[in-house]
Amino acid sequence: MSAASGGTMRDLLHVRQRSARSRWTEAGFEWVCACSTWFGLAVLIVLLAGVLWQGASWLTWSFLTSYDSRHPEQAGVLAGLWGSFWLVSLATILAVPVGVGAAIFLEEYQTKGWLRTLIEINLSNLAGVPSIVYGILGMAVFVKMFGTFQHDPKVLQISLIFTTVDVPLPFGRTVLSGAMTLTLLILPIVIVASREALRAIPASLRHASYALGATHWQTVRHVVLPVAVPGIVTGVILAVARAVGETAPLLMIGAAVFVARSPGGIESPGDILRNPHGILEAPFDNFTALPIQIYNWVSRPEPEYRHVAAAAILVLLAVLQVFNIVASVTRSRMRRQARW
Amino acid sequence: MTALSAHRFGHFFALGALLLVGFSGCSVKSADVSGQAQAAAPNGSRLKGDTTDTLAGKVEADGSSTVYPITQAVAEEFTKLHPQVAVRVNIAGTGGGFKRFKEGDLDICDASRPIEKAERDACIKNKVSFIELPIGIDGLSVVVNSKNTWCESLTVAQLKLLWQSGSKIKTWNELDPSFPNEKIVLYGPDTDSGTFDYFTEVICGKKGNSRTDYTPSSNDNVLIQGVQGNPGAIGYFGYAYYVLNKDSLRALKIAPGSDKSAGVAPTDETILSGKYAPLSRPLFLYVNKKSLDRPEVVSFLRFYLERGPGLVKEVHYIPLPESGYAASRQRLKIGIED
Amino acid sequence: MTTASNAPLDLKRHFSLMRARELAIRCGLLGCALASVLTTTGIIYVLVTEALVAVPPEKAFFQEVSPVEFFTATQWTPQFEDKHFGILPLLVGTFLVAGIAAVIGLPIGLAGSVYLSEYASRRTRNIVLPILEILAGIPTVVYGFFALVFVTPYVLRPIFQGLFGFEVNVFNAASAGIVVAIMIIPIVTSLSEDALRSVPQALREAAYALGATKYQVSSRVVVPAALSGILASFLLAISRAVGETMAVAIAAGQSPALTLNPFQSIETMTGFIVNVSFGDKPHGSLDWKALFAVAMTLFVITLAMNVISQMIMRRFREVYQ
Repeated sequence: MSAASGGTMRDLLHVRQRSARSRWTEAGFEWVCACSTWFGLAVLIVLLAGVLWQGASWLTWSFLTSYDSRHPEQAGVLAGLWGSFWLVSLATILAVPVGVGAAIFLEEYQTKGWLRTLIEINLSNLAGVPSIVYGILGMAVFVKMFGTFQHDPKVLQISLIFTTVDVPLPFGRTVLSGAMTLTLLILPIVIVASREALRAIPASLRHASYALGATHWQTVRHVVLPVAVPGIVTGVILAVARAVGETAPLLMIGAAVFVARSPGGIESPGDILRNPHGILEAPFDNFTALPIQIYNWVSRPEPEYRHVAAAAILVLLAVLQVFNIVASVTRSRMRRQARW
Repeated sequence: MTALSAHRFGHFFALGALLLVGFSGCSVKSADVSGQAQAAAPNGSRLKGDTTDTLAGKVEADGSSTVYPITQAVAEEFTKLHPQVAVRVNIAGTGGGFKRFKEGDLDICDASRPIEKAERDACIKNKVSFIELPIGIDGLSVVVNSKNTWCESLTVAQLKLLWQSGSKIKTWNELDPSFPNEKIVLYGPDTDSGTFDYFTEVICGKKGNSRTDYTPSSNDNVLIQGVQGNPGAIGYFGYAYYVLNKDSLRALKIAPGSDKSAGVAPTDETILSGKYAPLSRPLFLYVNKKSLDRPEVVSFLRFYLERGPGLVKEVHYIPLPESGYAASRQRLKIGIED
Repeated sequence: MTTASNAPLDLKRHFSLMRARELAIRCGLLGCALASVLTTTGIIYVLVTEALVAVPPEKAFFQEVSPVEFFTATQWTPQFEDKHFGILPLLVGTFLVAGIAAVIGLPIGLAGSVYLSEYASRRTRNIVLPILEILAGIPTVVYGFFALVFVTPYVLRPIFQGLFGFEVNVFNAASAGIVVAIMIIPIVTSLSEDALRSVPQALREAAYALGATKYQVSSRVVVPAALSGILASFLLAISRAVGETMAVAIAAGQSPALTLNPFQSIETMTGFIVNVSFGDKPHGSLDWKALFAVAMTLFVITLAMNVISQMIMRRFREVYQ
C-alpha cells in the first residue's frame, strides 16, 4: 500500500511539476506571440514619432510652395508634388480602362480555358516582380525605345483643333515615360480589385438581364458595372496609393537631380486656367517626384537636409493617409449597399 | 433603329467628325540637334510675382558633380527671374557629360577637366562645335576622417603609391611606418568623373591609372558619408564638398616634392594663388554653339558669367580673377556672333 | 404591309450590327487582358536580348562576358580599364540583407499570425490588422530614412558599438536588414494567418479533447498542418526582401564588398541598378548591358521564388479544399 501510495504521490508531484512548467511555457508562448503582434504597432509609433520630431517644425506653407534649393531652409517640395500629381494622374487614366477591361474579360467573357490560365499565371507573377525591373522595362521601351532614335531624335507633331502637341521620340526622360511605367506597375492591382468586385455580384442579376433580352455587353455595361463601381474605385485608390510611393522605377526612368520647375510650368491650380497649354506640355516635360526628392535629400550629408527630408515624408504620409481613408470609406459604403 | 440607338449613333458620329476635323494632321519632324523641342511661350503667359516673363524654353546641363553645385546655384537664381525656362542639371560625371555632349544631346557640359582630344575629335566628327568657358577654380581635396589623428600631410609620391593601379597597400603603416596599423578604406569618384581623370593624371602619372578596390561613386554624397563613417577612411573630391563638412572631415596637406613638411593645405588663398599644387584646377563649361541660337541659353550663360563670381564663392569654390570672367564673357560674345 | 415585309431584313441587319459590335468589344477587352501578358513578354524580351542572346549584329552581355566569370569572380569593376564583372559581391550583399531580414522578420511574423488566429479576440484583430496594412503601405524611402536616422544611431550603435565594441559603419547591412524585416512582417503575418485559419477546426478540437494545452495545439497540431501555406508565405517574403531597393540603397550604402559583416557598408543587386541610373549610359555599351545582366539575375531569382511559392500554395489549398 505504501509503495503504491508513494508512487501515486510521486506521480502527483510529477504532474504538479509538469503542469507548473507547462504553465510557464503556456504563458511564455502566449506572451511571445502577443509581443510579436504588437511589435508592428510599436515600430509604427516610433517611426511616426521620429519623423514628426525631425520634420514637423520644417513643414510650413512655404515648404509646400518652394522648389529645391542649395539652402536647406529654402528647399521645398513643389516640383515633387506636381510631378507626382502628373505621373499618378496619367498612370491612373491609362491603367483604369485597361485594368477594368481586363477584369471584365476574365470574369464575364472568358471564365475557362487556356487563355484565362495563361493570363492568370501572368498576373500572379507580375505581382511579385520587384518594382525596379519595371523601371528597367520602362527605360528600355519608353525612354530609349530600344535605341531606335538614339542618333536621330524626332518630334511627332499632332495637330489638334487649336494647338499642336509635340511628342518627342524617343519619349526620353519625361512624365509620359514615368507614367506609362507606373501604369504597368499598378495594372495587376487594378485588375485584381476589379475582379473581386465583379465576382461579388450574384449571377442572378446577370441572368435577369439576359432574360430581358440584353446582349452580353449591354448586361456588363448597364447592369454589372454600375454595381461593381465602388469596389473598382476602392481598388483604383489602393493602386494610386501604391503608385505615389514608388521610387525605384522613376529613378530608372530618370528623374533629374535638380529641377526647379513643375511639369508644364503649372505651379498652382490657378495656372491651369491662365495657361491651359501647360496641360499639353506637362506630359513631355522633365520631372521629379515626391519620393525622389526625399531620396535626394536623405542622400545629402548636410544634417539640415534630414529635417527637410522628414518634412517631405510627413507630406507623403499625409497624402497616403488621405487615400487610405477614402478607400476605407468607399469600402464600407460598398458593404452597406451590397445587401443581396 | 430605335430612337435611342439613333441618338447614340449620333453621339459617335459627332465625336468622330470632331476628331477628324481637329486631328488635321500628324507629322514627324526631326528634333533640334540639341534634342529640345522649340517651345514658345504662349501670349499672356502665366504670372509669377509681378513680372510677366516671356522667356521660355529648356536648358539642359549635365556632367561634373564637382561643378554641379555652381550650376545648380545659378539655375536656382536664374529660374527665380525666368520661371518659364526649365533648367535641368544632372551629374553623370565629366566623362558621362561629354558622351552626351558629343552626340549633341546637351546644351552645357559641366567639366572639371579640359576636353580630351578623343572627345574633341568626336565632336568634330558629329559636327558639334563648341566654346569653352572657364568659370572657377577648384582645389581637389584629399580628405580623411576627423578622428584620423596621425596623418596630416602626404607627398604626391605617397599618394601615387596608395592610389596607383595594382597598389596593394591596405593599412596606414604600409604607407608610412610612422602611421598606426589601421585599415585604409578608400573612397573616390568613378571613371566617368573628371575628378578621377584629373587626379589619376596629376598624381599617378597617367589618366585612369588607379587601383580598383575602392568605393567608386559619381555621387559625392556617398563619398562624404563614407569617409565620415570610418576613422581609417580616405577619399578625394571637390573642395566645396569638403568645406561643407569641415567638422567631420579633414583635408590633408599635399607636398608636391618629397618633403612632407612642405605640405600645403587647401584654403581659399592657397588655391587661388596656386600654392596648393598640383591639385588646383580650373572648372569649365562647354557650350554647344548650336544651343546659342536659343535666347534662353544665351540668357542663362550671360547670367552665369555675371553672377558667377558671387555664386562660386557662395558654394565654396574659388572664383576666377575678374579678368578671367571678362575673358569668358568675350568668348561667349564671339560664340554668339558666330 | 411594306413594314412587315421589310421587318425581317431590318432585324437581320440590326442583329449582325449588334453581333459585330459585340465581337469588337470582346476583342477590345481581350486586348486589355493581354496587356499583362505583353508586360511579361516585354520584360523577358528586354532582359534576354540585352543579357543573353541579342539580335545580330549586336551582342548581348553573356556573349561578351563568360557566365562563369560573372557568377564567380569577386570584383565588380565594370568601368575601369581592368574590367571585372564578378557579381558575387552584389549577390552576397543581397542575401546578407535578405538573410538578416528573414531571421528577424519571419519568426516575428509567424508568431504574430499564430497569436491572431489562435489567441486574439475580435477586437484585437480589428486593431492589429489595419495597423499591419498601414505598415505595409509605408513607402520604402521612409523606411530607408528610418534606418539611417534612427536604427543606426539609436539602436545599432549604442548596443553593438557601445556595449560590444564592434565597428558600426554609418551605412551598414544590419540596419537595412532590420527595416526590411519590418516591411515583410505584414506579408508573413497575413498570409500565414490565412493558412492557419484554413486548418479545420476539427483538428484543434480533437487535440483539445485529448488534453492538449493551447500551446501544444498551436505548435504541434495547427502550425504543422498549415506548414506548406506558411512556407509559401516565407518564400514570398524573402522574394520581396531580395527585390527591395530604396530602403537598402539608403541604409546600406553603395559600396560593393564581399563580406558577411553586417555592420559594414555593402551594395545589393538592386542598389547597383539604381546607382547606375544616375549616369546616362549610352545604349549598347557594355556598362549598359551589365545593368541588364544584373537585372536578369535578380528577376530570375525572384521569379523562381514566387513560382515555387505559388506551387506550394496550390498544393496546400488542394489538401484542405
